[in-house]
Parts: sequence; C-alpha cells; structure tokens
Amino acid sequence: MKTTTSGLTEAAEPVREAGEGLGRAVVATFRRDLTAVARRPGDALTPLVFFAMVITLFPLGISPDPERLALIAPGVLWVAALLSALLSLDGLFRGDFEDGTLEQLLLAPHPLSLLVLAKVAVHWLTTGLPLALMAPLLGVLLALPQGSYLALSATLALGSGCISLIGAIGAGLTVGLARGGMLLSLLVLPLFMPVLIFGTGAMGAALGGGEWLGHLAVIGALLSVSLMAAPIAIAASLRISIHG
Amino acid sequence: MWAFFHKLGSPRWFYGIAARLSPWCWALALALILIGSVWGLAFAPADYQQGNSFRIIYVHVPAAFLAQSIFMALAASGFVFMVWKIKIADMAAAMMAPLGAAMTAIALLSGSVWGKPTWGTWWQWDARLTSMLILLFLYLGVMLIRRAFARPQSGAKAASVLAMVGVINIPIIKYSVEWWNTLHQPASFTITERPAMPLEMWMPLLIMVLGFYAFFAAFTLTRTRTEILRREGHKRWVKELFEERP
Repeated sequence: MKTTTSGLTEAAEPVREAGEGLGRAVVATFRRDLTAVARRPGDALTPLVFFAMVITLFPLGISPDPERLALIAPGVLWVAALLSALLSLDGLFRGDFEDGTLEQLLLAPHPLSLLVLAKVAVHWLTTGLPLALMAPLLGVLLALPQGSYLALSATLALGSGCISLIGAIGAGLTVGLARGGMLLSLLVLPLFMPVLIFGTGAMGAALGGGEWLGHLAVIGALLSVSLMAAPIAIAASLRISIHG
Repeated sequence: MWAFFHKLGSPRWFYGIAARLSPWCWALALALILIGSVWGLAFAPADYQQGNSFRIIYVHVPAAFLAQSIFMALAASGFVFMVWKIKIADMAAAMMAPLGAAMTAIALLSGSVWGKPTWGTWWQWDARLTSMLILLFLYLGVMLIRRAFARPQSGAKAASVLAMVGVINIPIIKYSVEWWNTLHQPASFTITERPAMPLEMWMPLLIMVLGFYAFFAAFTLTRTRTEILRREGHKRWVKELFEERP
C-alpha cells in the first residue's frame, strides 16, 4: 500500500488491519479461552467426574448384573454425557459475563458470531472431546458389549459438538439470570433429543452387527447445520443478555 | 403494502382493527365449533372398529393442528419482532404461547384418553406422542424464558430467539423421533395410516379444525387488545380512549 501522501496511508492502514484482524481475533479468543481452562483445570475436570459418578449410580440403582447393564449401557452413557454437558454449559459464558469480557467481545470490530464460535470450540475441546475419549472406559464398567466402543466414541465426539453449539444458545440466553442453570436445562434438553436418538441408534446398530456409519453421518449433518446456524443465534442471545 | 404493515404495527391502529375483527372471529368460532361438535359427537356414524371412542378425534385432531401451527406463528412473530421491531408481533406472541401450550396439553391428554380403550394403555412411546411431548417442553421453555428476565424487553427478545431456534428444530425432532420409533417397534399398530374416512366422519372434523383456527384468531385478537392496554397504558391515546367514555 504505497501512497504519495502520508495521511492517506495512515487512514488506509487500520482498514487493512481490520480485515486481517478477524482471523487474529478469532485465534486470540481461542487461545485466551484455552489458557483460561489450562489455568483452572478443575473446571474442566468437574463435568468428567460428574459423568463418571452418574454412570456409577446405575449399577447401584438397577443391578450389578452384566447382562442387564449391557442392555441399558448405550442409553445410560449418552444420557449421562448430556447431563454432564449441561453442567459445563452453565459456566460457558458466566465468568466472561461477570468480568466484562463479553462486553469487550461485543465491542470488538468483528462479527460476534465468529468470536463466539471460537469459545464454543474451546468448550468442545475441553469437555466434549475428553468425554468421548473417556466414555469407552466407563463402557467397560457398564459391561458394554464388544463392537460398539468405536461407535460410542465417534458419536460422542461429533454429537458433543452439536451439544456445545446448541447448548451455547441456551447458555447465552440464561447467562445474566440469577438461577439460569435450571432454566438452561429446560431450554436445551428438548433440542438435544435428535442427537441422543442418533447417538444411541448408532450404538444399537453397531451392537446388532449392522452399519452404524449412516447414523454417524446424520450426526455429522446435524453438526454442520448447527455450525452454520447456531453461532448467529448464540450471538443474538448474548446481545440480549448484555444490553437487552 | 408496506404502509399497511407499518400501520398494523402501530398498537393504536391494531387496537381499532382488532376491535372490529374480533366479534366476527368469535361468532365464526362459536358457530363452527357448535356445528362441528354436535355433528361429530351425535350424528357422525360410529367407527366400525373403535366404536364411539373415535369421536375424541373431533377435539384431538384440531388441538394437535393448533399446537403445531401456533408454534410456527410464535416463530414468525419472533422473526417480525426481531427484524422490524414491531411491538405488536411480540404482544401477540406473548398471548399465543400459553394457548399453544394448552392445545398441546389437550392433544396429549385427549390422545391418552383415546389410547386407553384403543391401545389398552394410557401412554405409549409412539413417535407422535413423543414429539408432541417435546413440543410441550419447547412451549414451556419459551414461556419461562420470557418471565425470567427482569426487563420485559429482554424477555421478549429471548423468547423470540428461542421460538425461532425451536421452529428449526421441530422438523428435525419430528423426523428423528419417527425414525427412532420405527426402529424400536416395527409397526405393531399404525395410527399414521388410518383407513380412509367416509365423508360423514370427515366433514365434522374439517369444521372443527376450522372452528379451532377461528377460535385461535379470536382469542389472539382479544387478548392482544388487552395486552396493548396493559403495555401502552401510559400513552396518551389510551388515556384519551378511556376518558371519553362516561
């Protein structure tokens, strides 16, 4: 950008930076959130411990008989994953709302939906993905039959992406409310049901020796739709929560 | 066209229009529901399989129709409110949501009352029942979020966003639930494929459906008028309106 008058250069410079700055802002948001999680690893561990605890309740409450447990294992694992996601979603924006970070994101000269997408990506990386990796271990405890472990991890990995995205809409709407957590679960659980159906459907198909990749593909489709539409809704919900 | 929309969007103008329209809607609703229910309950022939218990469809089907349509209307109003900031759209949405939830509950209850003699059980995890139950949860969510905010304006926007998110999800939920159900229980009964109804059974049903829609329109108009007065009570035109009368 070479111009004869220095005034023009100075005026043009920030405009160019703003265009480039979008990528940088998204990366910066991503790294900031990742650092925040790394500094307080307990926050990311709590949902995982909760997940393990809920799984432990079922053999105690139903029966330690492996055959019975194997029957309910896919559903129990998935439902426990949804509940633990709710637990972590409640805190997704809360800290940033209280210390004013969200307001700064709103003021940034970049689309809020993309910045928020970076935050949701961190949420998935630190809760959904570890959960998907940990689930097979708990599957062993529930005597989950051979052949469905890969399906469990794969559907949870993709499905938790959907859950992070859809749940963030509810988290954005309830972040400013005193008892938002209760309301959050009411708002988003109905929206999680398709993911639950196809997640357990894939495991059922894998257990029956059938083709489960089709179910995974449906979850992938749900994820792509959420990826397109949810950031806009999340941004709108945060705007409502911050300045009405 | 646009001028018409903008006029309609003004509470004062809508108040007048609704006052003129609502008596007609109420009369139409009353007449249709009266004719439909008398015809359906007393004169339509009994079903050769289900006997008289089938007559509950004259309440069940129109309620289920409304339950779904009202959610669409909620989302449409939410969109209009969020994009054009037309206050009337939100007032109508606030009034429609409880009616929609009530219709969903009526559809569920009448469905289970019908299910008892027909299927031998009050509840069956059938695809339609399940998706209606989820719809009820969505309604409750929209109604609860509106009241959760201290500022009514924020609650209105939150309810609009949630209604729009919900309406995108309704078809996804519906189809996934249908798919789930067919996997778990291979067609032990089919309520989706009923034998084609004879005209004498079908006509009262159509009249009842139309009557319920007319009731929905009348109910929304009347309640929105009340809501206008409640929200715009401090405005001059409302004060003048009531000072003029003795």
